[in-house]
Amino acid sequence: MGIIILMVIASVSLAAVFLALFLWGAKKGQFDEDESPAVRMLMDDKKVKDKIDT
Amino acid sequence: MQMQTFKYDNKIVKYFLYATIFWAIMAFTFGVLVATLKFFPELPDYIFGSDDGSIRSLFGGGIEGLAATNGKMGFGRLRMIHTTFAVFAFVGNGFFLGAYYSMQRLLKTRMGSDLMSWIHFWGWQLFIALSLVSFLYGFNTSKEYAEHEWPLDILIAVVWIIFGANMLKTIYKRRVRHLYVAIWFYLGTWTAVAMLHIFNNLEIPISWSLAAPKSYSLYAGVQDALVQWWYGHNAVAFVLTTPILGLMYYFVPKAANRPVFSYKLSIIHFWSLIFVYIWAGPHHLLYTSLPAWVQAVGTGFSIMLLAPSWGGMLNGLLTLRGAWDRVREEPVLKFFVVAITCYGMATFEGPMLATKTLNKIGHFTDWVPAHVHVGTLGWNGFMIFGMIYWLAPKLFNTKLASNKLANAHFWIATLGILFWVIPMYVAGWTQGLMWQQFNEDGTLKYGNFLQTVTILKDWLYPMRAFGGALYLTGGVLLVINVWRTIRKGSYIPNEEAEAPALVKISSARKKGEGAHTWLERMPTLLTILSFVAVAIGGAVEIIPTIVVKSNVPTIASVTPYTPLELEGRDLFIREGCNACHTQMIRPFRDEVKRYGEYSKPGEYVYDHPFLWGSQRSGPDLHREGGKNPDAWHYKHMWDPRDTSPGSIMPRYPWLIFNKLDRSKTDIKMKTMVKLGVPYQEEDFDSITPSMNKQALAIEQSIFEADSKLKERYEKEAKEKGDNFVPLRDREIVALISYLQRLGTDISTEQTETTTIIGTGK
Repeated sequence: MGIIILMVIASVSLAAVFLALFLWGAKKGQFDEDESPAVRMLMDDKKVKDKIDT
Repeated sequence: MQMQTFKYDNKIVKYFLYATIFWAIMAFTFGVLVATLKFFPELPDYIFGSDDGSIRSLFGGGIEGLAATNGKMGFGRLRMIHTTFAVFAFVGNGFFLGAYYSMQRLLKTRMGSDLMSWIHFWGWQLFIALSLVSFLYGFNTSKEYAEHEWPLDILIAVVWIIFGANMLKTIYKRRVRHLYVAIWFYLGTWTAVAMLHIFNNLEIPISWSLAAPKSYSLYAGVQDALVQWWYGHNAVAFVLTTPILGLMYYFVPKAANRPVFSYKLSIIHFWSLIFVYIWAGPHHLLYTSLPAWVQAVGTGFSIMLLAPSWGGMLNGLLTLRGAWDRVREEPVLKFFVVAITCYGMATFEGPMLATKTLNKIGHFTDWVPAHVHVGTLGWNGFMIFGMIYWLAPKLFNTKLASNKLANAHFWIATLGILFWVIPMYVAGWTQGLMWQQFNEDGTLKYGNFLQTVTILKDWLYPMRAFGGALYLTGGVLLVINVWRTIRKGSYIPNEEAEAPALVKISSARKKGEGAHTWLERMPTLLTILSFVAVAIGGAVEIIPTIVVKSNVPTIASVTPYTPLELEGRDLFIREGCNACHTQMIRPFRDEVKRYGEYSKPGEYVYDHPFLWGSQRSGPDLHREGGKNPDAWHYKHMWDPRDTSPGSIMPRYPWLIFNKLDRSKTDIKMKTMVKLGVPYQEEDFDSITPSMNKQALAIEQSIFEADSKLKERYEKEAKEKGDNFVPLRDREIVALISYLQRLGTDISTEQTETTTIIGTGK
């Protein structure tokens, strides 16, 4: 069942990619803040019309 | 801080919206069609023609009409069209729709590249359209949800990589440093799907012909099965679950206008889910020839999945805390609530089905489609419907044309789900339990497999089709509602927005000042791209060495298929027979009694691809060889209800009319040699004599059993003269040769049942 070795390698590398992403995120402070992102995404950023004139 | 003005690309979102809706209707329509064929197998006869006097066909044609379709309305082919439409076209486009809308707004930037967006859009639609055509014409690899032949696999890979590059570029351009959890889900989806797709579709084409693509899987038998279900399970995980969870984390808070219950939980949900999901695949192969420890690992991880899944479900539902009064009024929230509930149900049921106890009953029965459809109809479908009802008015700057119509859609579709899944649960349990019943004298209580099918087709299958029709009706209401919304609204292709520019601080913190723009961006991008390249290169290099070497058979009596059998096997794949017939006898008392000796891994070493199947709408075929005479198979393919009254199998008259194409036998065998199948020089020298000899024997045995048939062929020979194709040269004979070969390698002698291939020897 050599294929299992291959698949373990594949799965572990995928996990490694995820881990790298996670570590990157953690290092960059992606997970430091766990309150404001949930609220911030609710705000719309449509350009306010009258603002253009000023 | 400088405010920057930029424009969101709404046009690409609009196109994905149209595509999602279009393919939704297509997926549901084909679903109803295949559901109907399950209890009304004569439907193609009624449309195209039949030799049965009691069937008056639509165009008044005879059986030649049906034969002329060459199987375009065969269940096996339509089923894969339905699944491709549902998984990749409907849910796939739905995900892109939500992702292209939310990503721009979450990252406060336009998509990375308009060109890439459009290549992605049209490339994806092209892939789906070509899938439809190629499946109709019988070009498929037989591997479930990956039936696409090699040119389409390449197209998918290219489009997917462009989508990923576009996504990464958008992230680099972002004006918000923090990546909201939905983005993480999109990234996880992209990474996992890319790898799964590549690994499961490693195949060698027999030729570079694009008009008639045909390839063989790099892996054989048990190994192919393992890779396939590792893929199959993760297709559910990373095409039908993680992208939709990303959508959930964006659109549910947006629609409810309140933050997600716990942002921390959503982050934990994501990371735990993706780390656990990739190991659960083997639960699709419990009790099969797969090594037991691999099965145990699959079960263990499947049960663990319950934790992140339910954490996510509760996080979604609790987001609506304090907004439940609005759920009563707003159809969008209604759809979301049922969707998330279905996610919870499906992810509870999944781990349960992954235990050996329940898997024994559920596997190969209608329980599995019931489970799947709670996920697709309930979780995926309702999530996307809710999203569309919220998004369409936003996109067209108006209100939804009719809340009443959306509510009607909600209730009709909910009823549709119930009518779909409840009969299928009953059908699954009924069939699963009937298979196992024994009489006191030790004989099977339902010895005839047909008894376990006919009981389902009278009520349960029609009810399922009715449920599907209700769901489709709901889809039509959606079309009307969205169309009316679009008509009254006005749409802005490039929506203006403004946000402060992102100050670059990250690199500065570490390395001091400097022009890091280039250094910061390019290496990361290059690293990712080179990782992908290395992974592909490495895979191409490593896999053949591992796979081909371990293909050495350890059951001495197992030999490669003869040329005629190989052609027959390809016909089996062309017609999609494995959609309803398994080739895997599990080591249970009832299965051994019903089908014969249970399946050994060493028997499949030349099976490129494996054909274990996943459902038994018909009996298992692994020990079919020698069970029924050749003439029986001939009649059975001509009209299954002739030999097996009440059968739900379609007719295959074209197999009997068509001449077997032998022009590619040689290159097919050569490809097999590349994969490690030991065809010798003599085998290549004697292809034609070998095929002629085996075919003649089958023809003779059919004519011996049925002299009237012989007379008919003799008469036809006289009438047609030179144009006459003898029975022995027709497709049916090749198929019969394959069916008669199945499982016969070891039945004549005692074999060492403990031998497992590739144990390192």
